[in-house]
Amino acid sequence: MKSNIIIIGGGLAGLMSAIKVAEAGQHVKLFAIHPTRRSHSVCAQGGINAAKNLKGEDDSVLKHFDDTVYSGDFLANQPPVLKMCEAAPGIIDLTDRMGVMYNRTPEGLLDFRRFGGTKYHRTAFAGTTTGQQLVYALDEQVRRFEAAGLVEKFENWEFMSPVIDDAGTCRGIVAINLYTMEIKAFPADAVIAATGGIGAIFGKSTNSIVNTGSAVSAFYQAGAAYANPEMVQVHPTAMPGEDKTRLISESARGEGGRVWVPRDGKPWYFLEEWYPAYGNLVPRDVASRAIFKVVYELGLGVEGRPVVYLDISHLPKEDLETRLFGIMEIYQTYTGQDPRKVPMQVFPGVHYNMGGFWVDYDMATNIPGLFAAGEAEYQHHGANRLGANSLVSCIYDGMAAGPAAADYASGLKTRSEDMPTSLFEAEVKRQAAINAGLTAKDGNENLRALYHEMGEVMRENVTVVRYNEKLKGTDAKLRELLERFDNISLPDGGQSLVFARELKNMLILARAITLAALTRNESRGAHYKPEYPKRDDANWLKTTKAFYAPDGPRFEYEPVDISLIEPRERHYELE
Amino acid sequence: MNKSEKFTARIKRQEGPGREPYWEEFELTFRPGMNVIIALMDIQKNPATRDNKKTTPVSWECSCLEEVCGACAMIINGVPRQACSTLIDGLETPVVIEPLTKFPLVKDLVVDRRSIFENFKKIRAWIPIDLTYGAGPGPRVSREAQMKAYPLSRCITCGDCLEACPQVNSRSPFMGAAVLNQATLMDSHPTGRMNRAERLAAVRAKGGIGDCGNAQNCARVCPKDIPLVDSIARLNREAIIDGLLKWLEK
Ligand SMILES: Cc1cc2nc3c(=O)[nH]c(=O)nc-3n(C[C@H](O)[C@H](O)[C@H](O)COP(=O)(O)OP(=O)(O)OC[C@H]3O[C@@H](n4cnc5c(N)ncnc54)[C@H](O)[C@@H]3O)c2cc1C
Ligand code: SF4
Repeated sequence: MKSNIIIIGGGLAGLMSAIKVAEAGQHVKLFAIHPTRRSHSVCAQGGINAAKNLKGEDDSVLKHFDDTVYSGDFLANQPPVLKMCEAAPGIIDLTDRMGVMYNRTPEGLLDFRRFGGTKYHRTAFAGTTTGQQLVYALDEQVRRFEAAGLVEKFENWEFMSPVIDDAGTCRGIVAINLYTMEIKAFPADAVIAATGGIGAIFGKSTNSIVNTGSAVSAFYQAGAAYANPEMVQVHPTAMPGEDKTRLISESARGEGGRVWVPRDGKPWYFLEEWYPAYGNLVPRDVASRAIFKVVYELGLGVEGRPVVYLDISHLPKEDLETRLFGIMEIYQTYTGQDPRKVPMQVFPGVHYNMGGFWVDYDMATNIPGLFAAGEAEYQHHGANRLGANSLVSCIYDGMAAGPAAADYASGLKTRSEDMPTSLFEAEVKRQAAINAGLTAKDGNENLRALYHEMGEVMRENVTVVRYNEKLKGTDAKLRELLERFDNISLPDGGQSLVFARELKNMLILARAITLAALTRNESRGAHYKPEYPKRDDANWLKTTKAFYAPDGPRFEYEPVDISLIEPRERHYELE
Repeated sequence: MNKSEKFTARIKRQEGPGREPYWEEFELTFRPGMNVIIALMDIQKNPATRDNKKTTPVSWECSCLEEVCGACAMIINGVPRQACSTLIDGLETPVVIEPLTKFPLVKDLVVDRRSIFENFKKIRAWIPIDLTYGAGPGPRVSREAQMKAYPLSRCITCGDCLEACPQVNSRSPFMGAAVLNQATLMDSHPTGRMNRAERLAAVRAKGGIGDCGNAQNCARVCPKDIPLVDSIARLNREAIIDGLLKWLEK
C-alpha cells in the first residue's frame, strides 16, 4: 500500500525530499507558500561545495569535513557532517546530470571557484545564479513525478499547524489556501518540514521576505525541540536597503574581490592585513566582526557611513561577465552604479540560520512522524556555516529525509487514514477560531509597526555583537510586542490575517533566539559576546535545545558528538 | 525625483474574480532607492487613499526582492515588469500599477500563473535521468555550449513575455515565449536531447510554435534579457527539420 507523505517546502530540501519519496514509489503532497520554482533557494548565488579535487590541490572529503567542523567552531555533531561531505561530490554529479548549467573548464569538465573559510577551489557554480539553476533542475524532476501522478503540489497554500494525536504522533497538517483563504486538514503518514530560514525575524535580511520562520515556530509551539536558536549568521557583504539587505555573494571575493576602506587617503585592505593566511576569504563571522570593528570602533566607514568597499573593478573583464554577472546585475539594478567601474558599498546583513529543528542522525525530530530538512534543521553547520555549504546540505538532507520518512510511514501500525476524522476536524476548528479571533480584534496597534519594531531591536542587539544587558532588554521588548499584539486590528482578512499569524509566530521564535543567546556565556562562531570573548569548551561545548512554554522557552543542553575531530582553537590569522 | 518629494500611485484593484475592478490613488513620499515594492509597503503600513479615506491594503505577491523569484510581475506605467527592480526614480508620475491581464485574477495585483507550469509539463521540460542514485558525472559540455545555454536557463517564469505577446490571449491556446524557451534549453542539453522527439511533437502541436506571430515583444520586456527571439528561432528550425524527417520516414 502506498503511504501518503506531506512535504512542507518547495526549496532545495523539500524538492529533493519529494524526488526521493516519489522514487520510492510513495505518494507526496508538496506544500509551498508560492509555486515551488519561486522558493527562496533561487537566491543562492555563489555555488555549492564538494571536494571533487579537480584542480590538482589534493583536496579531499576529509578536508572538506575538517573545514566545515572548524568553521562551525566545533558545535556540530560530527558524524552527520562527515556523511554530508562524503555525499557532496555525488550531489554535484547528480545535479549535473539533471541539467544544471554549471560553468565549465576548456575540457568541458566542471569548473570550481574558491569560497570563504577554505584554501581549496571546492565550489561548483552556474554563473552567479547557482541556487536558481539547482531549484529549476529539481523542480523539473518533481514535475516529471507530478505528471506521473506520484506528486501532488499544493502551491499557494500556507502550513498553519500540525495535527498531533493523543500519543503525540504527527498525523498531518492544517493549511490555508492563500488565494481563497480556505482552511483544510491534510492527513499524512509522515511529514517533512523543509520550510527554510528565518531572516524576516530580523526585519531586513538577505533572505526572501517570505522567510518568516513561522512554520518552524508553529511546530516548536506544538512541542518540537528547536536547536541552537542563538546561532544566526550575519553575512559580511550585503547592500543596505530599505526593503531588504541584498547579498553580494562571497564568490565576489572568491574570484579575487577585495574589501577596503580609505585610511589616510589610501585604500586599507584590513582583512588582508589582519588575516594574511585567508585574506578576504576568512569565514563570515570573522569578516563581519572585522567590518564592525572598522566601522564602529575605528570610525573608518566610507564617508562616515556604516559601509565598506567591496572591490571587483580590477578583475579581468571576461571573468566578471562569465563568473560574476548575476551579482553585478543586482548591484547595478538597485544602485544604478556599475561595479565594473566603481567599488561596491556593502555592510553585514542577517543571512542564515544555523539553528533549527533538532533532528537525530536520521532527520527525525522529537515528534514521531515529523522529519526536518534543509535550512530549517540544525545539523550541519555548528556555530557558523561555511559559504556554499548550505545548498549541498539542503540537497543532502532531502536525500536522507525522504527515504527516512518513507521507511517510517511503511512501518506504521495505524495509518493516517485509520485515524478518526474528529482529530483533523478539531484542529481545523481550532485554527479557524484563531483566525476569527484575530479578525474580530479592534485595537489600535498597527501590525506593520510591530513588525518593524521587532526587526529593529533584533538587528541591533542579537546579531554580530551581543551584550547580556541588551539581550535582556530585547526580551523585555519582545514581551511588550507580544502584549501589544493582542491589541491589533487587521486592515483586511486576507494577506493581513496571514501576516498577523506569522508575526505572532516570529515574536515567539525571536524570544527563543534572544534568550538562548543570553544564556550562552561564551563566544563561539557567529555568537560573539565581548563580555565573554573566548570559546569555553568546558562549559559550552553543547547543543542548545529550546522547548516552548507559554511564559518563555525552557532550555536543555546536549553534549556535542566530537568523536571524529578533536576540538582545537580556531584562528585564521596565520597558518 | 528629490528626497521627500510627494508623488501619486494609481492602482487598479479588484476584490476577487468576477468582481468589479476600481481604481484608487495614494500619495507617497519618495526616498532614494525606492522601488515599487517599497511604495506598496508604504501603503500597507498606512492604507489610506490620497483624499485620506481609509481603505484596505493592496494585495500583491513578492518574495526575493532581487528579481530572481519572478513573483512580483505587474504592469507598471503600461509595461509588464518586476515591481522589485522597478525604481520609482525615472518613472513618470502618477505611477500607474495594474495586475497582469493574461492570467486569472486572484485579488488586486495577484494573478495565478500556474498555467505556465502546466505547459512545462506538456512540453516535457525536464532532463530524463534514470534514477537519483550514483551514476557518475554528467555528460561533458563544452564552454561554448554552456555559455549559449546558460542565458536561457535564467528565466524566472514571471510571465512578462506572455503579457506582452499579442498571440497570448483568452481565445488562443498559445503557450508563449517562456515555455518555448524551456524547450530550446532542454534540447540543448546532451541528455535532454534524448527526449527531444516528444518535446518537439508538443512544440508543433496546437498552442505551440505555430502560433508565434514573431512580434518579438517578448524579448523587449524580458527582465532577464533572455535572447527569446533567437531561442524561438532555433526551436523552430529544429521543429521543422524534425517534422520533415518524420514525414520522410512515413
Ligand atoms: C542571498 C542568498 C544567497 C545564498 N547563496 C548561497 C550559496 O551560494 N551557496 C549556498 O550553499 N548557500 C547559499 N545561501 C543559503 C541557501 O540559499 C539556503 O540556505 C537554502 O537555499 C535553503 O533551502 P531550503 O530548501 O532549506 O529552504 P527554501 O529554499 O527557503 O525553501 C523553503 C520552502 O518552504 C516553503 N514554506 C515556508 N514556510 C511555509 C509554510 N508555512 N507553508 C508552506 N510552505 C512553506 C516555502 O514556500 C519554500 O518553498 C544563500 C542564501 C541567501 C539568502
Ligand atoms: S522569458 Fe523572460 S519575460 Fe518570459 S517568463 Fe522568462 S524571465 Fe519572464
